[in-house]
Amino acid sequence: MINLKKFLPTLSLLAFLAIWQGLSVYLDSNALPTPEVVARVFWQACVSGQLPFHLGVTLLRLVVSFAIAMLLGCAIGIVLGRNKKLDAFFDNWLVIFLNIPALVTIILCYVWFGLVESAAILAVVINKLPNVVVTIREGTRMLDQDLLDMARCYHFGKRKTLVHVIWPQLHPFVMGATRSGLALIWKIILVVELLGRSNGMGYQLHLFFQLFDVAGILAYTIAFVAVIQLIELLILKPLDKKALRWRR
Amino acid sequence: MTDIRIHIHNKTYPAAAGPSIVDLKLSLNSEEFICLVGPSGCGKTTLLNIIAGLDNDYDGEILVGQQHAHPKIGYVFQNPRLLPWRTVRENIELTLDKHQAPDVIDAMLEAMQLTAAQHSYPEHLSLGMSRRVAIIRAFAIDPEVLLMDEPFVSLDAPTARQVRELLLDLWQQRPHTILFVTHDLREAIALADRLIFLSAAPMQVVSEIIVPIPRNERGNELAIESFRQQLLKNHPEIQQLL
Repeated sequence: MINLKKFLPTLSLLAFLAIWQGLSVYLDSNALPTPEVVARVFWQACVSGQLPFHLGVTLLRLVVSFAIAMLLGCAIGIVLGRNKKLDAFFDNWLVIFLNIPALVTIILCYVWFGLVESAAILAVVINKLPNVVVTIREGTRMLDQDLLDMARCYHFGKRKTLVHVIWPQLHPFVMGATRSGLALIWKIILVVELLGRSNGMGYQLHLFFQLFDVAGILAYTIAFVAVIQLIELLILKPLDKKALRWRR
Repeated sequence: MTDIRIHIHNKTYPAAAGPSIVDLKLSLNSEEFICLVGPSGCGKTTLLNIIAGLDNDYDGEILVGQQHAHPKIGYVFQNPRLLPWRTVRENIELTLDKHQAPDVIDAMLEAMQLTAAQHSYPEHLSLGMSRRVAIIRAFAIDPEVLLMDEPFVSLDAPTARQVRELLLDLWQQRPHTILFVTHDLREAIALADRLIFLSAAPMQVVSEIIVPIPRNERGNELAIESFRQQLLKNHPEIQQLL
């Protein structure tokens, strides 16, 4: 039983590939190439440097916009969570920004600031920011007042209180915002690139769409999913483990 | 060390029917161990929070020596309030300046029998151990007043007794002014130089009694018990406060 459980993830992946293969052979159409064809396209795109280049450009945009959204979002979230008056004032703004469709902000940013890199980044940040603010604000509202009183009574000061008392309590919320944020930003960046950039994954996918190159689309999608998995395994999981080592 | 005088004219909670503290005067002599004894809910925690500067919504003054000021406070809360993501040692070090001599902490850990547990996280400690850590943390900052809010409540009798003796040992090594809140008269007699009895709604001082039992006989249950009997007989007004 234990052995079976261990192999289940591999087994499910093989089953997925088998179904894909079966379907594409059965349909026998350009609309669904076999895994083998996709793998070959993937390999060629890697060797030619096309895929690494576009993936790299997209990743760079991801890192920059993610960093800005998280830093700003955490700061604003903590302030709103700690200050009832500001929170009451800005609550409506948050609801508005949370509900503006991503496409609208992207188009407006391009219209107002032109088809430039900063407009692209800004559009992504505006889409992600309210999300982070809301999550961190909820976390800040749930801070343990007893520990904050302890810190005040022992004269921890602002910096020490933030680093040693507040931040560890916010950690689960920050990780939640990071995970949901990465997933959201990936998707938005592609639209941003499709609409107004001449490089990156979104631009490349747009090109494949016009050429009706499904193998190319699938090859890029695989690269994309693989990178997200790597980020999860190499960065997020170890961060979780380190931050929660004190738990029983 | 300096003497501290506290005079609270009035403390009223907005939602409460009447004031919870009216015209309360306390004077704490330097290096004196004082136990505040009173019924639960009479406002003892409120009083400690006022002295600690956590509650500033009151009418009154606190004098350290001749100056109006909040004394430097070490606070042992009823719940230990350790940071769960920091080890025992880190919890103590965090309250200190960066370059404090580590041997001071070593000595206190030793005195409180926590040397072996110094790198454990609080979630792995028993309640008695967590309370001892909280006591070290309060002593470590060299406070002008050490506030202790029923720190031994919900410990079983032998553990409470053990921690009490460790506390007295530590206090004799590092004498500080202590304001210790309890509703257990035996515990108060075992610890205090002076007992202050408080009434509820509003809180007022009912009587102040010096405990004459010498320090080296505080472990003697019989001496404690006979003083308790005598106290209750001579001061009938105390009985309704317990």
